[in-house]
Parts: sequence; structure tokens; C-alpha cells
Amino acid sequence: MTGIGIANLSRRRFLRGSAGLTLGFVLPAAGAAAVRAGGGPPAAATFAPNAFLRIGTDNTVTVLSKHLEMGQGTYTGLATLLAEELDADWQTVRVEGAPADARRYNNLFWGDAQGTGGSTAMANSWEQMRKAGATGRAMLVSAAAREWQVAAAEIVVRESVVSHPPSRRRATFGQLARAAAAEQVPARVFLKDPSNFRLIGKRANRLDSVDKTSGKAQFTQDVFLPGMLVAVVAHPPRFGATVKSFDVARARAVKGVVDVVQIPQGVAVLAIDTWSAKKGRDLLTVVWDESNACKLGSAEILARYRELARTPGQVARRTGDAEAAFARAARVVRASYDVPYLAHAAMEPMNCVIRLSADGCEVWNGEQMQTGDQHALARFFGLRPEQVRIHTLYAGGSFGRRASKDSDYVLEAAAIVRAIDGRAPVKLVWLREDDMRAGYYRPLFHHSLAAAIDADGQLTGWRHRLVGQSILIGSPFEKAMVRNGIDAVSVEGAANLPYAVPNLTVDLHTPTDIGVPVLWWRSVGSSHTALSSEAFLDQVAAAVGKDPVALRLELLAGHPRHAGVLKLAAEKAGWGTPLQPGMAGERRGRGVAVHESFHSYVAEVAEVTVARDGGVRVDRIVAAVDCGIAINPDNIRAQVEGGVGFALSAVLHGEVTLKEGQVEQDNFGNYPLLRINEMPLVEVYIVPSAAPPTGIGEPGVPPLAPAVVNAILAATGKALTRLPLRTAELAA
Amino acid sequence: MIQLNINGKPCQVDVAPDTPLLWVLRDTLHLTGTKYACGVALCGACTVHVDGVPTRACVIPVSSVAGRQVITIEAVDQQRIGQAVQDAWRKLDVVQCGYCQSGQIMSAVALLAANRQPTDADIDETMAGNLCRCATYQRIRAAIHEAARALA
Repeated sequence: MTGIGIANLSRRRFLRGSAGLTLGFVLPAAGAAAVRAGGGPPAAATFAPNAFLRIGTDNTVTVLSKHLEMGQGTYTGLATLLAEELDADWQTVRVEGAPADARRYNNLFWGDAQGTGGSTAMANSWEQMRKAGATGRAMLVSAAAREWQVAAAEIVVRESVVSHPPSRRRATFGQLARAAAAEQVPARVFLKDPSNFRLIGKRANRLDSVDKTSGKAQFTQDVFLPGMLVAVVAHPPRFGATVKSFDVARARAVKGVVDVVQIPQGVAVLAIDTWSAKKGRDLLTVVWDESNACKLGSAEILARYRELARTPGQVARRTGDAEAAFARAARVVRASYDVPYLAHAAMEPMNCVIRLSADGCEVWNGEQMQTGDQHALARFFGLRPEQVRIHTLYAGGSFGRRASKDSDYVLEAAAIVRAIDGRAPVKLVWLREDDMRAGYYRPLFHHSLAAAIDADGQLTGWRHRLVGQSILIGSPFEKAMVRNGIDAVSVEGAANLPYAVPNLTVDLHTPTDIGVPVLWWRSVGSSHTALSSEAFLDQVAAAVGKDPVALRLELLAGHPRHAGVLKLAAEKAGWGTPLQPGMAGERRGRGVAVHESFHSYVAEVAEVTVARDGGVRVDRIVAAVDCGIAINPDNIRAQVEGGVGFALSAVLHGEVTLKEGQVEQDNFGNYPLLRINEMPLVEVYIVPSAAPPTGIGEPGVPPLAPAVVNAILAATGKALTRLPLRTAELAA
Repeated sequence: MIQLNINGKPCQVDVAPDTPLLWVLRDTLHLTGTKYACGVALCGACTVHVDGVPTRACVIPVSSVAGRQVITIEAVDQQRIGQAVQDAWRKLDVVQCGYCQSGQIMSAVALLAANRQPTDADIDETMAGNLCRCATYQRIRAAIHEAARALA
């Protein structure tokens, strides 16, 4: 007996000697509608010195998180910053999602908008949250000084206890909470010297672990409101299609179905529970008007892109004179790379709960773009933004999907609520198939690269041409992030190539006639630019007969942080030492890549084994990270481990394809995700740093694909140029 | 009316007999720890124990568990293995988004009930039915070993 089976899978295996379980759990009353954000009931606000902190008389320290917790550890990280300066006992700290309020909770890197993305949560909150904690601490200290008639300078704070050693007086935060609330908020506060940190840089356990291991954590999917209806929607089979007509007779006959309504996004079936709504939806007959629908196939799109790549695009970066370098070159190396549309495929499919009331609307959502969604809903319902109250719940993953640039699924929920005149709260539930076919994919891209090498084997020219849809054009972000027709996130990671190449051109074609919605997908542009630039560099290294690490270090003279992580990863991976040989017929290889994204630097070394039939197993990933000061080293490791797995899923399996405009994938059977048996051993090393913290949710993703592709090149001599990898290309 | 026994408590539900157990747990009984993610037994997020056997609640009709013992994540800490697995998950901070973790834990508990000293290969074989998009797999392996040590 090795593993155990699942009773109701087709490949049946049964558990031996199953345990007798003794249980005494009490079922909650059906209809109980406890809605928590971040766990537990709302905190008592005895002492609330600012928008981020509340201390109750029970000693509980509640941190209000302006950012969404979608797995990346933000709740724990933000609380760490605040608790550090407050000198709080970590065991008493809890977190609640802050309400939507751009005035108090804006992302400081995003002007006046509240939201989470671009791996900015820690970076933008670094001072703000520490000051919030220091303010609370100062007020607790002055309250104690006043009460005890002692000098504030003699007071010590440690683990939520305020004490005055000379007089041996002490009081807990809870005991001082009322008095502290009467103190004046100090105009300025002093932050700790890093040498005095007790939480930052240490192990602070995740604050959401208990709720997420006991089934108590509340996601949007878990919201139940009195009288709430569940909506499941029939969506069009092609992007851009609309409802022509529909027949509701069979759907309405389903027990539990309450209503069927047409909305701009399709036809919604409302029922008292999810299963009835799904049954009704599946029995709808809808005729679609596809006159304006996208009918392109992936192969056709790629063919167009290849054609476009023959001509120069809009220049995103020009250094020196690449054309002259190519004219003079002794040798030219060329390669192209194709990457597909990718679905985010968060485990919790998109969903949203909306309730209309006399004075506005209330929203429950794993909310990543509070301000954008708040304004979109206000416009939709004709309300003022502050009349749209958003409860931010845990998100069961997002990877960019919940940061919808045009509030797509939130407005779909709103349309249903309006179609029933707001007479019941509505939970919109996308089934997996809805989620996977809904678009908002990582855009398909074609990259074409060329390198000029002179007679001495020096890299003298680099041309990188990209073809792919823009995420930002046509979105509310266009004004800020598109310059001269160049979408900054299409070329990020390519236009800022760090290597010292004297003559370099990066240009871009942005087709605007492809009707497939695209969106940021964990690491955005770097999810494909790291692959093309770093895999291509290994082809250059092979062409000039240089070691990939040595060549990179040679070209990174002006980039110490890139070089730092590269050296660390190479050293820890034993770069240059022989790999243990595989079994008979197996080919093994090591590959490296380094990439900067979201102001963090990550190098990864991959060790792979390629079987005779071309099957690839990634055995080990050694990652080195420089993300500034490490607020929570264990979470940095977790994010890089997860980023590696997320990226490897795309290398091995990820591909959304279209056939005559129809998405061919619908669930995890035909859009497989990485499983545990494919997960490599991941080692993460963190470069010690005193620089301000930068992102970590995304930067672990980009180097993985090129490191694996480069390892496969080392193992087999075959340079892969498209993802996901096709094992047939690698058969011996 | 269908007679159920959920987490050691008898209860009756008035639902269509073909309704998957998942939706009865979630929508009727509001036991929301058991998650919906694929609906076709491909991801394991809805794993519960039926008479001790790990079962995908999204594809088993509620009528077929009538009179059988159903255990969900909400009651898994009532037995020693469940407690050990939860403790290990918390000690190693396995979770990220957390959405799949109820199912991961239910599968891990069943594994340890059958095999007190699983190898990495045993873990990979058993747990390959549970997807985690955050890819917390390395920590899942480590936490199962940790729980096995605690139970030894």
C-alpha cells in the first residue's frame, strides 16, 4: 500500500483499514449569515488612533488591511509592519479587510486609487503601516505616563505590555486602550532602527493559517445573506456575441429556480441555491447573435503575428545603432518564441455578491480594485461612490484576474441585481467552465529576436520585436501607462534589458483587431519577456561558446543586484559541477535565468531530466532573491516556491486555444494545472539587504520558464521556442 | 426528505436526490469549508470523508450518502490525525490563498489514516488529485511528514 484512492474517481481504489472517527461537531443553524472579513466578528474600536489600527479592551490588536489577501501573505506582512512599531504581542494581532475608501486606503503608488497589484503592497505601505503602529505606541505611552505621573522616556513597551521599570508599574494595551483614545495624535513619530526589529526579518506565522486550515476562512463563495438568490449565467460561446432570443420554459420548470433574466452578458438563471441555478442554466435554450463576434482561431492569430513581425513596430527602446551593428556583424543569431493565451484559473472561480438597499449598494467580493469597482458600480446604479460599500473578503487566488480593468464580473452581478429590480441580494457564481472561457487571458505573444556578434565573438547588437495585444489600451489605465502607442506592460522586461549591448532596438506591434479580452497574469509582461530574452541569451552563449552564467556576469557589470542574485543562485546550485547522471536513456541538464520585475531581482537555476520519450521532469530549482529588506523571510520563500509552481504549470501544460473564436478549454481536464507529483524541490536564498522592500508576489515567476528551457537546451541540445513544451520535440 | 449524518449529527434535508453532496453541505447546511472549484472531481477542493473514505463531494449525489457517516473539514479536528495535520499545516504555514486547503487536509488525513509513514512518493501519488494553484505542494509534502512524526 502506498497512497490511497478517492472513492468516486473512475480509477477506483479503496482505503484499507479506514479509521473509525468519533465526532461531536454541532451544525450551525441553516440560514446563519455570519459574514467575516479576515476572521472573527468586527473588532471593538476602543482605541483607534488611525485608519489602520484598533485596540480593544480585550487586548486584541486589529490591523485594517487596505490590500486584498489572495494568498500572497499581505495580511500577515502589513500586520508585521504595524505590530513591529506598536510593539504588539503577535499572538494578539488579527487583520480585517478595510472598507473601500480611496481617501484613507489608497495604494500610495497609485495616486488616489485603492487596490492591490503589481507586487506593491509591502513597498507602498512600508512607512505608512510602521507609522500607524508607532502612532499607536506613542499614544499608549503618553497615556501611561499621564496616568502614572512618570516621564514618557522611562516607559518601555514590549509584547503589548507598557511598563515603567523604575516604579515597576505595568499595564496591557487593553487596560490602557480607553486612556490612550483620549490622547492627542502625535504630529510626528520616530521609527525603530532596524537593529531593534523584533518581527520584521523574523518568523511571524501567517495570521490566516488557522482559519484557512479549519474551513472558517470566508471567501465570496461562502457568503449567504437572508433571501439571497444564486445566479448562474449562460454566456455566449464567442467573445462579442449577444443574446438574440432565448427560451426559458425548461429552465423555469426546475424546482428552486425563481427567475430568468436577460443581461448584456447573457442570460441569468436565479435560484434559491447553486445547484438549481446550474440545472436551470443548463436547460436554457439561447440563440446568439454572432454578427460581431470574434471568430478567429489561435493558429490564425499567430500567423498574423508572424507576418507583422516581418516589419518594424513602434520603438520601445533604441540604444546605439542596431542596424549598423547587424550590417557589420560576423554572425547573426536568430530565434522566435511563441507563448499562448493563459487562464488565471484561480481555484475560486469569479463570483460576487451584491445587495441593493434604499441608500446604496453593498458588495461582498475578493476585492482587488476597490476604487475601480466602486466607481464602476456607482456609475452603473446611479449612486455616489461612497454609497457603494465593499466588503473585501479573502480571495481564493487571483493572479491578476480579480484586478479586472473594466470590472467585468462585478458589473455582471450588478446587471443581474438590476434586472430583478434589486428585490433580492444576488450571488453571481461562475462555474469553472464560465471562468475558463470568459477570457481576460494573459495575451498570446510572438517574439522575434536577433543578435549581432562581431569577429571577436562580442555581442554588439540586439533586436527584440514583440507582437501581442495590449492590456492597457482601451482601459482606464491607458492614459497613465501607454506612451506613444507603447503599452508599458507589453514590453516590460524586454525594453529594460539589463545587459550591456551597445546597439539595441526593442519594438512592438500592438494588434487591436483581436476580440479576445486580455489581462495581467501574475508577472504580466515579464511572464513572456523573461522567457524570450533569457532563453535567447543562452542561444547567444552557445553561439559564442561561453558559459551562460559567465556571459551574463560579463554583460551585467553595471547591474550589481542582477549579478548578486545570479552569483548566489549559481553558487548554491553548484553551477559548473557535474550533475548526477539520470537513469538509462535520461538526459539531464542545468539552466539559469535572471530577471528583474517589480523592482525585485530573482535568479533561478533549474535542474531537469528529459526522458527518452521527451517527457520533462524538473527536479530542482535553486532561486536567489533580492527584494530589499526581507519583512517576512518565510513568506518570501513561500511566494517564490509558489511562483515557481505557477510558472512551471505554464511551461508544462498551460494553453488556452481558440477555434473559430470558441475557447477549446473548459476545465482542469483540458487545461491541466501543475500537480504535486510534478513539483520540483525548490530552494530559496534571500540576499541580505537594507534597501526598502519591493515586490515578491510575482517576481518568482519570470525566470522559471527560461531557466527550464535553458536546462532542456543543456540536456538535449534542443532550443525550445514555444510554450507549453511539446514532448514530441524532445524525444531522443 | 433525505436522512444524513454530517459530522456525527443526524439531520434531514429536503433537496432533489441528485443534488451533489457538495451543494447540500454548502447551500443547505452552510458548511462552507468544503469548496467548489471544478464540479467534476478533477481538483479535490470538495474532498470529504464518507465512512472514512475520501470522496469528492461535487460528484456524489446526496441520496447515495444517506445513512452514511460524512465528515467535513469543520469536524476534522475531532480526531487525532486531523488535529495533527492541522497543527502541521499551521506550524509550516502551508496555506496561501487557502481555497483548496480544506480538500488537501481531508486527503492528507485519509492518507495518514491508511499509511502512518508515507514516503514522498506515497504523498505524491495520493495528493496528486488535489490541485493547488498557489503551488504549496512542497509544504504539503513537508507538513504530511511533520504530522506523521507527531503521530508516531
